[in-house]
Amino acid sequence: MLSIKNLHVELEDEDKKILKGVDLEVEAGKVHAIMGPNGSGKSTLSYVLSGKDGYEVTDGSATLEGNDLLDLEPEERAAAGLFLAFQYPVEIPGVGNMTFLRTAVNAQRKARGEEEMSAADFLKEIRAKAKDLKIDADMLKRPVNMGFSGGEKKRNEILQMAMLEPKMCILDETDSGLDVDAMKLVAEGVNALRNEGRGFLVITHYQRLLDHIKPDVVHIMSDGRIIKTGGPELALEVEHNGYADILAEVA
Amino acid sequence: MAEAKLQETATEAMISTLSMPQGGWAQPAREDALARVRAMGLPQRRDEYWKFTRPDTLTQAEPVPAAIFEHGDAPMFDGIDRLRIVFADGEFDADASDDLSLEGVKIERLATAMSDLHWARDLYGTLEKNGQNPVPRPLAALNTAFATDGVLIHVTGRPSKPINLIYKHKSETSDAMLHHIVKLDAGAEMTLLENGPAAARFNTVMEVDVADTARFHHVRAQGRDHERRAATHLFTRLGTESLLKSFTVTVNGAMTRNECVIELTGDDASAHVAGASVGDGDFHHDDTVFITHDAVNCESRQVYKKVLRNGATGVFQGKILVKEGAQKTDGYQISQSLLLDGDSQFLAKPELEIYADDVACSHGSTSGAIDEEALFYLRARGVSHAEATDLLTLAFLAEAVEEIESENLREEIIGRLSSWLERRSG
Repeated sequence: MLSIKNLHVELEDEDKKILKGVDLEVEAGKVHAIMGPNGSGKSTLSYVLSGKDGYEVTDGSATLEGNDLLDLEPEERAAAGLFLAFQYPVEIPGVGNMTFLRTAVNAQRKARGEEEMSAADFLKEIRAKAKDLKIDADMLKRPVNMGFSGGEKKRNEILQMAMLEPKMCILDETDSGLDVDAMKLVAEGVNALRNEGRGFLVITHYQRLLDHIKPDVVHIMSDGRIIKTGGPELALEVEHNGYADILAEVA
Repeated sequence: MAEAKLQETATEAMISTLSMPQGGWAQPAREDALARVRAMGLPQRRDEYWKFTRPDTLTQAEPVPAAIFEHGDAPMFDGIDRLRIVFADGEFDADASDDLSLEGVKIERLATAMSDLHWARDLYGTLEKNGQNPVPRPLAALNTAFATDGVLIHVTGRPSKPINLIYKHKSETSDAMLHHIVKLDAGAEMTLLENGPAAARFNTVMEVDVADTARFHHVRAQGRDHERRAATHLFTRLGTESLLKSFTVTVNGAMTRNECVIELTGDDASAHVAGASVGDGDFHHDDTVFITHDAVNCESRQVYKKVLRNGATGVFQGKILVKEGAQKTDGYQISQSLLLDGDSQFLAKPELEIYADDVACSHGSTSGAIDEEALFYLRARGVSHAEATDLLTLAFLAEAVEEIESENLREEIIGRLSSWLERRSG
C-alpha cells in the first residue's frame, strides 16, 4: 500500500538533513507503528508524505498503491487516499466544522470522479459517526477546532478520518496531550476503522497508545533512519528499557 | 493662498455644472447647504480626512465615464420579499418600482413631496449639518444642496417587509445625486436594503432619525461593477434604547468612499456598523466612520474587513468620540485586511477620543496574509488550493457579515460572496 524507499529529506530553509534514507512498506490491513526519541524525524516523515511546504526531498521515493506521492499536491494525495491525523490540529475561525467536513468529503469525491454526497446523506452519516466518538452537535457546529480541548481536537481528527474513509492513515502523535480516557476513545475510533483494505502508520513517542491500537509491526526510528523493526514486543522493550539500549545495540 | 484659490475654482466649477431644484420646503436647507459647501470648499488631497483617498474623481466637474456592467446574476436580494424602489442613473423608474404603499410606513419622493409643512423639513440637511463638525464633509453638503431626488420614509410601525432601493446604471456618463430621509417613530422597526451600480458617479446622503426604542436595519450591496465611483454618507441620530445596524458589502469599484456619521444621543442606545469588501486590481475602497457617544450606557461596534489583491487599496478611518458625561460607554472597533499578495495595501487610521472616565473602548487593526497552516490543513483533507483560499477568505469576512441581524439576509450576502469568490478563482 504505502511504499517508502531510501527517502532523504532536508529542511528547505536551512541546510539540515532530517531523513537520511527511510525504507518502509505498509501493507493493506496492517498497522505499523513508528517509535523513536524526539527529533528522530518521525513527524517530518508524516509531513513529507502529506505534502507540507518547507521540506526538500533529495533522494528516494514514496508511493501509495503505485502513485508517486511526492509528485502530487496535498489535496491530490488526500484524494488518492492518504490521511494525516495531525499532532496539532489547526484552529480555523469562521469555518464551521460541518461545512469544512462536507467540503472535504465532496472535494475528494469530485477529484475521484464520484458523485457528491447529498446534504441529507452527509448529515445522517456524520451524526452516526460523531455519536460513536462522543462528539456533540455543538462541536459540529462550532468553527473547526475552535475552543476544542486537546481530546476534542483529536477526536475531531478521527471523525474526519471516519468520514473521508482513506486507504492509508497516518497518525502523528495522536496520543499527545490525551488522558487515558480520551486516548481509549480515540483508539476505539481508530480500531473501528481497521479493515483489510486499509493501512495504518501510527507515530508515537510512548508505548501506551499501542496498548489500545495493537500494531502488527513496530519500527524504531533514530536520526532519520529506521534502525530496528520487530513485532509488538519491540514496543514493550522500549517501554521497559527506554531507547538507550536499542540505540546502543544498533550502534 | 494659491491653493485656496485653486480649491475655490474647483468648487465653483463643480457647482456651475449643477442646478438646484427650486421651490418647496427643502429650498432653505439647500441654500444653507450651498453656503456650507462654498465655505468649506470641496475636498482636496491635503485634507486630513482625504490623505489616503484621492478625492479628484469625486470632485472634478465631469464624472469619469464608467462602462455599463452586465453581471448576469439573479438580482440582489431576489430571494427576499421586499418593496422595490428603482432609480436609474438617479431618476425614479416608476415602471420598475413596486407600488409605494406598505403598512406601517409612509413613502414619498423628495422630488414630488411638495406640502409646505412636510415632516422631513426638520430633518433635511439637519443631521448632515451636525455631522460637519469636527470633520468637514463637503460632498455631503453638496448633495443636500443639489440632490435631484430620493425617498422620504416615515416609519410609524413595523412594516412586514424590507424596502429595497435599487440603483440601475444606464448611461456611461451619468452623475447622480440622491438624498434620502428615514424617520422612525418611537418603537418602530424597519429594514432598508440598497443595491446596484447607480451611475458612473454616485453621491448619496441618507439621514436617519431613530426615535426612542426604534430599530433600524440597513443592508447595502455595492458591486460588482468595476468602474463605479461613489461617495455615500449615512448620518444617523439615535434616541434612548434605540438600535442601528448597518452593513455594507462592496465588491470591486474604482472608487468608493462610504462615510458613516453616528450620534448616540439617548441612553442605552446601540449602533453597529460593519463592512465586508473584496477588491481585485483597480479597486479603492474607503470606510470613514465617526461615532459620537453623547449619552450614558450606549454601545457601538465597528467591524470592517477587507480582502485585497492585485494592487487593490483599502482604507479605514474610524473614530469613537466619547463626550463628557457619556459614562458606561462600550465602544469596539476592529478593522482588518487580508492581503492576498504583496501588491495590495491597507491604510488604517483608528482613533479614540474620550472625555468620560468610566468607559470601555477597544480598537484593533491588522493586516495579514492567508494563514498557511490553515491552508495546508484544508488541503490535506482534499480541498483544492483555490477552494481552501475561498473558504478562508469567506471565514475572514464572516465576522462583519455576522453583524446583520436577519438570518435570511446574512445567508443572501454569504451566498453572493461565496459565488463571487468561486467565479474569481475558477
